[in-house]
Amino acid sequence: MSALSVFGADLSYWQVTSLRVLGVLVAVILPAGGFVYVFLFKMMSFMQSRLGPMEAGPYGSMQLLAEVGKFLQKEDIVPERADRRLFFIAPYIVLASTFLLLVVMPFGPDAYFANLDTGIFLALGLSSVSVIGILIAGWASANKYSLIGGIRAAGQLIAYELPMVLAVVGVVIQAGTLNLQGIVTAQHQGEVFGYGGIGNPFILTQLVGFVIFLIATQAELTQTPFDMPVAESEIVTGYMTEYSGLRFLLFFIGEFATAGAFAAIAATLFLGGWALPFMALDDNVMNIVGPLVLFAKMMLVGFLIFWVRFTFPRFREDQLQAFAWKYLIPISLVNILATMVLKVAF
Amino acid sequence: MPMPKPKLPGLFTGLKITLMELLKTLFPKRGIRTLIPAPSLGAVTVQYPHENESPAPRARGVIALKSENCTVCMLCSRSCPDWCIYIEGHKTKAPPRRPGGKERTVSALDRFDIDYALCMYCGICVEVCPFDALFWSPEYEYSEPRLADLLHDEARLNEWMETVPDFEPYEAGSNAKVRKVPR
Repeated sequence: MSALSVFGADLSYWQVTSLRVLGVLVAVILPAGGFVYVFLFKMMSFMQSRLGPMEAGPYGSMQLLAEVGKFLQKEDIVPERADRRLFFIAPYIVLASTFLLLVVMPFGPDAYFANLDTGIFLALGLSSVSVIGILIAGWASANKYSLIGGIRAAGQLIAYELPMVLAVVGVVIQAGTLNLQGIVTAQHQGEVFGYGGIGNPFILTQLVGFVIFLIATQAELTQTPFDMPVAESEIVTGYMTEYSGLRFLLFFIGEFATAGAFAAIAATLFLGGWALPFMALDDNVMNIVGPLVLFAKMMLVGFLIFWVRFTFPRFREDQLQAFAWKYLIPISLVNILATMVLKVAF
Repeated sequence: MPMPKPKLPGLFTGLKITLMELLKTLFPKRGIRTLIPAPSLGAVTVQYPHENESPAPRARGVIALKSENCTVCMLCSRSCPDWCIYIEGHKTKAPPRRPGGKERTVSALDRFDIDYALCMYCGICVEVCPFDALFWSPEYEYSEPRLADLLHDEARLNEWMETVPDFEPYEAGSNAKVRKVPR
């Protein structure tokens, strides 16, 4: 993180590392908390013509802390026949994949944790790691509902990983790079019909890809209407059935932190990332403003994700698989083909 | 299994409904003040401990007792599916109705408790009472910190008599007599 040298002092390796750890923690916890409060607590309530939590703090803003406190107090129950070691590490695997997702995210010209040439490739690969954690959780719980939930989650995540990757390929072809920083630059310096004021956010040229990416994200996050793995009316809460207390909290944080991470990826790929439209600011200023711009765009994507979540009922399992394999994947393949042809033509 | 044809217009209608409800709750004011978010005005719910809900007048909140009308016939207690009504009484002598008559034997009420921890608000006791002693009241604030304290006694049941609303007149053309709440 070269931005640190701006403050003058040369930081030693451990200081830089601890600052990075702190940064990732903030980047994970803040969007997760923001999403839960703004969307899950408030937006959903307003859509149902009620107020949501109002007691803890002004307008219930401290409700999340109260929830965390409640979960920390709860007994950590482990089923007798559970595979204890696997049962304990499963939520950490899920959470770790979320944390690692944010490592490659660019928040400003110099504000990133790692600037990899294969950034988006790594991000999509790491996002699949959470499937392993979920499968482990489902298997180790020694509970049929957990197992069914875990298997459903695995089938669903594999099915929707494909259209997601294929949707991203269109962006990568257009930007000509796998580097997330490069994708942001390509959008920032692009022009729409010779007008460069807003750059060329890829949502304009890759609208099909954006829609497919959002649908696949919805499925990856197991949000309604794709919440078959945690369908509470059929299989209790799927792979989370046997979890309580802190470990359930980890799954909960993981769910919404991953929502934040995927919203950040979508904002970077399709909405122009940290770049501010109509303005060309100094790099040092953008290192401060960039994260805020990215956060605003994340909230926009988050609004779309949760708006769909609170509107639609759940898919049936076979509909879910058919939707991915019969519709999303062919459409995204055609999208790639069209992008390739147009890229070569122009 | 064939995949049903996706009904796209319906999907967008659903999204529109949730969005309009969101806006209606968040910006309930009209005119220029539309831009001021005021969710507490837009929501249809009531923030209970701070403001009280006003239930419908015939709401089944709690069962009130008019002790003077009770004859300890035990009909309510025996018809209660939960056996949550406890009645005790004894026989006593009452003065004759007309001068020179015989002394009457009447039942006096010693105890009339309803265990609201058991009561399931079916209202059979109210319907079965032939002496106009039991009534529905819309009162709802009588919870207790301890489970055992939900056994409310005669005095408490009598207090709720004041909150019992009058019976509404029947619709036009009905010859049935409107019942009266004994006050």
